[in-house]
Amino acid sequence: MSTSLRNNAAVAVALAAAVLLLTAIALALYWAPNDADQGFSQRIFYIHVPVALTAYACFGWGAWKALRLLWTREARYDLESYTAVHMGVIFGVLTLVTGSIWARISWGVWWSWSERQLVLFLILFLFYSAYFMLRYSTDPGPRRARMSAVYALFGVVLIPISFLAIRLAENFIHPVVFTRDGPQMAGSMFFVFCMSLAGTLALAAALYLNELAGKRLDERLRELREALA
Amino acid sequence: MAAVTHYAADVAALARKDLLIELRSRDTVPAMLLFVVSALVVFRFSLPADASNLAATGLLWIAVIFTALLGLTRAFVPEREQRLMDALVLSPCDRSAIWLGKALSVVAFLVLAEAIALPAFALFFAPVSWETAAAFALADLGIAAVGTLLAAMAAVTRARELLLPLLFLPLAVPIVVGGVGASVEPDPARYLAFLGLYDLLFAILAWASFEYVVTE
Repeated sequence: MSTSLRNNAAVAVALAAAVLLLTAIALALYWAPNDADQGFSQRIFYIHVPVALTAYACFGWGAWKALRLLWTREARYDLESYTAVHMGVIFGVLTLVTGSIWARISWGVWWSWSERQLVLFLILFLFYSAYFMLRYSTDPGPRRARMSAVYALFGVVLIPISFLAIRLAENFIHPVVFTRDGPQMAGSMFFVFCMSLAGTLALAAALYLNELAGKRLDERLRELREALA
Repeated sequence: MAAVTHYAADVAALARKDLLIELRSRDTVPAMLLFVVSALVVFRFSLPADASNLAATGLLWIAVIFTALLGLTRAFVPEREQRLMDALVLSPCDRSAIWLGKALSVVAFLVLAEAIALPAFALFFAPVSWETAAAFALADLGIAAVGTLLAAMAAVTRARELLLPLLFLPLAVPIVVGGVGASVEPDPARYLAFLGLYDLLFAILAWASFEYVVTE
């Protein structure tokens, strides 16, 4: 385990994230064409959707590491899975916030139960908040690692199931008011979107590497302290 | 084949143990029955006078989910108090059999609670359709499958009873959607199918992962 403070990969990814994101934001604001229906406010799309997809990627990455932990019983996967879920929750909250702002501007309400993505992220937010409660309420050790891993795996099964449930629930909770017929995106819009997605993913990766290095140092420090005590 | 019979015998013995404990101590089921009826009465007063029976149906589902939580928080209490879990894990049976035996006893408790709740609902609010009863039967399986695993997790944490609802409720959202949909929609088949899908997916996941939760 490397405990060196120098973390070249993280620095490189962070730089890439900064370049990509700043370019994507600049392009989204000044270069991408206005949306025919929603006008300027539609540009939050270039942040909201990449952030949401990044959150899914983080949850998926956390579940993959959880699976590796259960498979190989190697302790290092616990921190990796935990950090990935941690990043997923941060990006999930960002999705909720940006989605809420978009809903306010487009439809005049801060919250809409007919917006599937938002409802799904609310459920996921509650689910993964309980993940943290589970971790904080259990003594560190292999058992906590395995319990967290099992719960993280439940999360990736819950995502599609909840999505299906929300689609089913729309019939009786709220009539579908806002339908969006396919992403009829212009080429330039798609380019900006892809760039923004790459930037957000790079940002998540940079944060992940940084946080992971920090948590590993923390753990190492605790071990040293225990050895000295 | 012998392995399957052996496994079934283990499961039956474990479920029988739980039912016997309950039969002798009567710790959990009477509380669940009383709770579900009290909840329905409280809900009656939480609804405005002109509320439709559809709203009451939604509350029936909430009452049952909370009753299930009540039962689930007690599910591993005997194991914990008697330090039985270590013995069960050491016993020469598949660990998933412990989960299945416990889940079966949870299903039995839930069915008992609903045997009171549904007639009480019919008496207080509105008649209960066959689709609603079928949805409850399917939901019981999902609640027991997921809830038993989470209860085993919560039992070894410091927060215990406090943690289980937090872990369980987000996972119960699809159950409520499927159940309420099957109860109030004109086309209940797809909601029942959805509940079946939920049961299948999460039962497989819980069955496969229980071992990791109970071993040290």
